[in-house]
Amino acid sequence: MAVIKLPESKVQQLKDICKSFNNDKGELINVLHKAQEIFGYLPAEVQEVVAKELNISIAQVYGVVSFYSFFSMVPKGRFPVSICLGTACYVRGAEKVLDEFRKQLNIQVGESTPDGRFSLSCLRCVGACGLAPVVMVGEKVYGRVAPEDVKGIINEYANL
Amino acid sequence: MAKYRMHLLVCDGTTCHASQSESVKNALQDCLELNNLENEVKVVSTGCFGYCEKGPIVKVLPDNTLYVKVKPGDAEEIVKEHILNGQIVKRLLPTESVAQVYASEGKTPFFDKKQIRIALRNCGFIDPENIEEYIAHDGYQALCKCLTEYTPQQVIDIIKRSGLRGRGGGGFPTGLKWEITAKVKSDQKYVICNADEGDPGAFMDRSIMEGDPHSVIEAMAINGYCTGANKGLVYIRAEYPLAVKRLKVAIDQARAYGLLGKNIFNSGFDFDIELRYGAGAFVCGEETALIHSMEGKRGEPTFKPPFPSEHGYLGKPSNVNNVETYANVPVIINKGADWFASIGTEKSKGSKVFALAGKINNVGLIEVPMGTTLRDVIFKIGGGIKGGKEFKAVQTGGPSGGCLTSHHLDTPIDYDNLIAAGSMMGSGGMIVMDEDDCMVSIAKFYLGFTVDESCGKCSPCRIGNKRLYEILDKITKGEGTMEDLTKLRNLSEVIKDTSLCGLGQTSPNPVLSTLDNFWEEYVEHVVDKKCRAGSCKGLMKYIIDAEACTGCTACARACPVNAISGERKGPHFINQEICIKCGTCMEKCKFNAVLLQ
Ligand SMILES: Cc1cc2nc3c(=O)[nH]c(=O)nc-3n(C[C@H](O)[C@H](O)[C@H](O)COP(=O)(O)O)c2cc1C
Ligand code: SF4
Ligand code: SF4
Repeated sequence: MAVIKLPESKVQQLKDICKSFNNDKGELINVLHKAQEIFGYLPAEVQEVVAKELNISIAQVYGVVSFYSFFSMVPKGRFPVSICLGTACYVRGAEKVLDEFRKQLNIQVGESTPDGRFSLSCLRCVGACGLAPVVMVGEKVYGRVAPEDVKGIINEYANL
Repeated sequence: MAKYRMHLLVCDGTTCHASQSESVKNALQDCLELNNLENEVKVVSTGCFGYCEKGPIVKVLPDNTLYVKVKPGDAEEIVKEHILNGQIVKRLLPTESVAQVYASEGKTPFFDKKQIRIALRNCGFIDPENIEEYIAHDGYQALCKCLTEYTPQQVIDIIKRSGLRGRGGGGFPTGLKWEITAKVKSDQKYVICNADEGDPGAFMDRSIMEGDPHSVIEAMAINGYCTGANKGLVYIRAEYPLAVKRLKVAIDQARAYGLLGKNIFNSGFDFDIELRYGAGAFVCGEETALIHSMEGKRGEPTFKPPFPSEHGYLGKPSNVNNVETYANVPVIINKGADWFASIGTEKSKGSKVFALAGKINNVGLIEVPMGTTLRDVIFKIGGGIKGGKEFKAVQTGGPSGGCLTSHHLDTPIDYDNLIAAGSMMGSGGMIVMDEDDCMVSIAKFYLGFTVDESCGKCSPCRIGNKRLYEILDKITKGEGTMEDLTKLRNLSEVIKDTSLCGLGQTSPNPVLSTLDNFWEEYVEHVVDKKCRAGSCKGLMKYIIDAEACTGCTACARACPVNAISGERKGPHFINQEICIKCGTCMEKCKFNAVLLQ
């Protein structure tokens, strides 16, 4: 893992988050949710600070981070593309849409484009099955996506 | 609601929200203001109507007109025609039955009389962010009745008599669970609401929390009174931001009205609720895993007993129930156990909410009495299969359930019948499949899910499911043997018998039920190397129709592995040994000469 030095101000922010949860180790998951909101992901350095503040071992923090798919240890792209692979989306052709994104962006699931603009991930059901197949770019939801629509969606973000 | 002449209810559930229902709402509001109608007509955001296929939905009260697929640009016409001129905008009615829909939603096939609204009674009818609307619809009356008229045991007896069973999948009798938790002696107990809804393709609980959050809060307080707990916790998925927001608003409002907090209804009973967030792990829906997750640990299940009712959150007795289970409680108290018990079948009382999705015309949320047949659900309420295709199977119970076929269409839906048919009720996801779906691939899809979501604590589930997945993968690639089919069944039985938690104990069900119901399809894959649905790429061949081929060479130039040969202006030919089945030639051919066989 690359060693990134966290800026002092961010470390302070992180400590404040832990404090707002009374440095209670039972609140670990809530702390990590907040930390990921700030940093976008949870690199080893962030986990170290959290472990120290909550007075638990780094292994415990890492165990939790790696267990839950919501937490990520690699940075996401500026425009994270998530494809829903819930059952409803699957039977309505989500896999073909995913293949098209892979092809167009030339990356695999879990990777980012070299310019850091896009990253690709899969989701399990956002519960908008009426719109299946569903793709999310950041917070924006695209419904009834066909492989032919993929290029247009990517182009929307290409110059942002 | 009295002071307004008319109400425009705009659905703001996740599906409609994603289709810009908020812009529709704003556009309606703007148009009303432009016509100085804002004091006569009120625009209200509500929870899910259930008719997600046709969202965004706008319903006009008092005349009950239902407009579907409304765009912001339609606002002006609705205001001018419907509100000012009293003319229905026919263009925006649900198309299948323009003539009937007219005045009442009771007449569209989707809202067929077969539907009943108990758990969803308020969804789509009230503004979920306004506690007064909930109160106006008998809200918190049940809590008041319990605290002021009944002893805890009397309330438990009502729930027991009603026959309510858990809606989270297991179907455990709810009243009995409450009684067990109540009997354990402890200085501290907890009421937990399982809102983890991990079954992919299910959105019942989400819709209840978005559309009627107070019903869950009220029921949790009632449970606290019965079991002697004064703290409630809702464990909710982080993937449901709208439901989180609505719950938070509702909890704050309930506190402000003294319906949560100290000395509720002057009864001396204290109760408050907090939220806990999941972080994307399906296994955390299992109650022991859920409790570990709430304690800030990895969400790994532990052996039961002890059950959470005895040894739960922080080691204290905790009553865990599902969102929909709770949503039923206030109505049971208000209308009585006998009323509830009069609905449904002998052993499954009341109604069940299902999320209908997949290859069906009306995707959406429905609620039907227990005992309704699959046929009524799929063909009457669901409007049949999309594109007039042939019905093939319906999957219930999510990754723990199975695929049922046309033989099961007349089976009345209840807990016991579904298990007897080789599937299960699960939390209520219902995915419909048509002739284009390959059942081996569907089984592989579910196993892929299980492999991802197994917590890895015990080896039958961690390793066994991976092996099942690999065998299925082999079969879909056309490399399977008959021996593999025997192996699939044997391994499935072992995983079921030896896994620690419900996830592993049920994960082979999609394999077993497809083996039972679609045996010929497996055999075709293995022996004939054929996939009748045409979805297993490994079993397909790209070929060029010599008649149609003009010899333009577009395909040969595009093929990444140079598998195509042929003279210019002469028919081309694909060498199957080299072809990697990428499909590029098919895309490039302008004469539809490349076929998939
Ligand atoms: C793997 C697995 C996943 C589960 N997921 C859920 C879920 O998402 N929601 C839920 O309410 N119950 C789920 N359950 C069932 C719970 O363990 C528990 O039985 C339920 O919350 C009890 O509430 P009820 O009696 O009201 O149904 C799951 C069980 C297993 C084994
Ligand atoms: S059955 Fe699977 S999910 Fe359950 S404890 Fe074992 S490994 Fe974990
Ligand atoms: S499917 Fe792909 S590899 Fe096969 S012939 Fe066509 S272009 Fe070539």
